[in-house]
Amino acid sequence: MSERARVLALHGGLLVLLLALHFVLPPYHHGNLARIMVLASYAAGYNIVFGYTGLLSLGHALFFAAGMYAMGLSVPHIGTGTALLAGVAAGGIGAILLGLLALRTRGVAFMIVTLMFAQAGYLTILYFGAWTRGDEGFVIARASRMLWGLDLSDAAHRYLAALALFALVLGACLWMVRAPFGRSLIAIRENEPRAAMLGYDTFRLKLAAMAASGAISGAAGAAYALLFGYAGASFASVEYSILPLLWVLLGGAGTVLGPFIGTLFMFYLIDLSSGVTSAYMLIAGIALVLLTLFAPRGLMGTVRARLWRWLP
Amino acid sequence: MTRKLSRRGALTTLAGGAAALPLWARYTHAQTAEPIKVGFQVHRTGIGAAYGRWYDRTTDAAVKLINEGGGINGREVAMIAEDDGTNPKRGAEVVEKFANQHGCDVAYGTLFSHVVIGSAPRAGELKLPYFVVSEGHHVASGMLNRYTLQPGITDVRSQVLAMAPFVAENLGKKVTMIFADFAFGHDHRDYFTKAIEAQGGEVLAHIAIPPNETSFTRYFPKIPRDTEVLYHVMVGPSVLTFVKELGEFFGPSAPALFGFIDSLEAVDIASPGLEFLEGTYFWEGMCRDAQPDETEDEAFYRATVGVDAHGAAVEDPQDVSTYGHMFGCWVTMHAIKAGMEAAGYRGPQDRAALIEAVEAMGDMPHSRAYPQGPMRFNGRTHQVFGQQYISRVENGRLVRVHTTAIDESLYPDEVDYTQQPL
Repeated sequence: MSERARVLALHGGLLVLLLALHFVLPPYHHGNLARIMVLASYAAGYNIVFGYTGLLSLGHALFFAAGMYAMGLSVPHIGTGTALLAGVAAGGIGAILLGLLALRTRGVAFMIVTLMFAQAGYLTILYFGAWTRGDEGFVIARASRMLWGLDLSDAAHRYLAALALFALVLGACLWMVRAPFGRSLIAIRENEPRAAMLGYDTFRLKLAAMAASGAISGAAGAAYALLFGYAGASFASVEYSILPLLWVLLGGAGTVLGPFIGTLFMFYLIDLSSGVTSAYMLIAGIALVLLTLFAPRGLMGTVRARLWRWLP
Repeated sequence: MTRKLSRRGALTTLAGGAAALPLWARYTHAQTAEPIKVGFQVHRTGIGAAYGRWYDRTTDAAVKLINEGGGINGREVAMIAEDDGTNPKRGAEVVEKFANQHGCDVAYGTLFSHVVIGSAPRAGELKLPYFVVSEGHHVASGMLNRYTLQPGITDVRSQVLAMAPFVAENLGKKVTMIFADFAFGHDHRDYFTKAIEAQGGEVLAHIAIPPNETSFTRYFPKIPRDTEVLYHVMVGPSVLTFVKELGEFFGPSAPALFGFIDSLEAVDIASPGLEFLEGTYFWEGMCRDAQPDETEDEAFYRATVGVDAHGAAVEDPQDVSTYGHMFGCWVTMHAIKAGMEAAGYRGPQDRAALIEAVEAMGDMPHSRAYPQGPMRFNGRTHQVFGQQYISRVENGRLVRVHTTAIDESLYPDEVDYTQQPL
C-alpha cells in the first residue's frame, strides 16, 4: 500500500469509525464525543501554529472566544449560517491582527505577547458586560440553533454537525501538511533562518499560519456555542489558551491525529478521575508529567517514531 | 451439601433480620425499591469551593432527614454528587452525566450563575428538571427554560428591592456601591440603583472590582466624600482582605456600611481586623447567629446541619458556614420532595408532571422544610420569594434588626415559563 493510501485509509477510517459510533454509542458517550470533536477541531487549529510552525502561542482563547461571541451576538440578527461564518471570520481576522504585532517577537516574548492580548480580550468581554453579560454569559436561543432545517439542539444533529466540522478540519489539516504551504511551515519550525535564506518570506508564512489557525479556532468556538447553547467569558480565560496546548502535547504536536487523540484522552482522564477524587486535576497533572517523561513526542508522535513513520 | 437447621441458628437468623428491618421496611410500600436519584452539581473546586463545602453538608443533612422520614413516595433518596469545578463547560458535562449515565431523576444544587446558565440549556434539551440554588436573577429573567427552577432561594432583584427602603430610611440616601465586577455584581448595581432612586435616594458612584483582585486599597479613594452609605457585595477567596482593607482605609470615620453577607460568607466576623464592622448592617437570607426568638424549626435546622449558635461547624468553631445562602439547599430538597409527592412521581416519565407540580406550589409556610421563614413560589417565573433579614453587628455578632415582608420583594413577571412546552 502506498504512503498516500495508508494516510487516507487511517484518517478516513477514523471518520468512518466516528460515523459508525453515532449509531452505537450510549447517549452519554455520544454527547461527549460530539463535544470532543468540536474541541479537537480547536486543538487542530492550534496545532497548525504550535505543532507545525513551532510558535508557542498562549493566546488562542482569544480566537476561540472571538468565534463564539461573533456567532452568539450576531445570530439573532443575521441568521445561523451567516453567524457561523462571522465566527470563522472573527477568529481569522483576530489572528491576523494579533499576528501582525506578536510575530515581531519570538520565543518567550511571543508567548507573553499572545498571553497578554488574550487576557485583554477576556477583560474586554467583562468590560462590555451590558452586551456580553460578562462572566455569566448568555444562552443561545433554540430558535437560533437551526441550520438548514436541522435543529442543532437535537443530539443526533449535534453529533453529525460536530463530525462534519471535525472532518472538514481534519481534511484541511491533512491537505495543508502535505501541500507546499505546510512543508514550508515545517521548514520554519525546524530552522527559520535557513528557510529565510532559501527565499521563503517567513513572516508572511507565519502570518498565514496564524490566520488559518485562528479561523479554525474561531469556527470551533462558534460551533461550540451553537451546538451547546451557551457563550461565556470563561471560554476566553487563560485556561482555554493552555488547554489546546495540553491536548496537542498529549496527542502529539505536529501530527494530524494528535489533537483528536489528546483531547479524547484528556477529556476522559478528567471525567473518570473526577468520579474518584476532587483532586482530579492532580491526576491529570501526574499523567502529563509521566507522558512528558516517557513519551515526550506525545501519543501519536511516539507512534510515528516507533511504528508508522509515514504518519503525517 | 445440606445443613441441619438448628433452633439457635433459626433464632439468630430471625434476630438478624428483625434488627435490619428498619433499614429496608420503610421503603417497602413504594412501587419500586429503586432509589430516587438526585444529581448534585457541586462546586467542590474553583471559586465556589467554600460555598460548595457547605452546600454539600446542608444537602447531606436534608437528605438524611428525608430518608429517615420514609424518603420520597416511599423511596430512598440517593445523592450522586459531581464536582463542576465552578466552570460552565464542566457544569454542562455534569448535567449530561446525570441524565445519560447516572440516570438521575433530577439535577440540583448549582450556585454560581455562569455554571447555571452554561448548564441550563443542556438540562432543558435533556428534559431533566434542574433545581438551582443560585440567587441569580437569570431564572426569573426568562433567559433559561421550563426545566430550570429556583424554589429554594430568592433572587438578587427581589433582595435589593426589599433592602432599599430600609437603607433610605435608616442609613442615608447618598449611596456608593462597591461590587464584584461580574454579572452577579451587575445585578446588584442595576437593580439596587433603580430601587434606591424609587426611595428618593441616589447612587453617587459605582465601583466595580474584578473578581480575581487581591488588593483593594486603590479602589477606595474613588468613594465620593459625601457618601452617606457604602453598599458592598463581594464574592470569592479575597473577601476577608477586602473587608480588612476597607476598615484600614476608613478608620473610625467610615460612612454607614451596608453589605450583603456574601462579602463575609465563610468568614468569622470576630476575625482580627474586622472590629470596624461593629455597628454596620448586613443583608442575610437566614440569620447566621441564633437570635433570641429563634423558632423551633430554625433551631432544628441548625442542629441537624451541625452548626453552632454563631454559624460555625459544631465540631470546629473556625469553620464558619455560608449560613445566609446554604439553607437554599435544604429548602430545595424539600421542594423536590413536595413536588414529587404531589405529582405521584415514579420515574423519568413523570418529569413533566413534577415540573407542573412545582409550578403549582404557591405559598409555603414556615416549617421544618422552610426554616428561614414563609416563602411564595411564582410558577410562571420559576422563582421563589421570601422574607429578607437585615442584621447589625453588635459585639461581634449579627443581630437581626429588621425583617422585610414577602410583598416588599415582589416585582412584575418578566416571563411565563408555563407557556413553554414540556
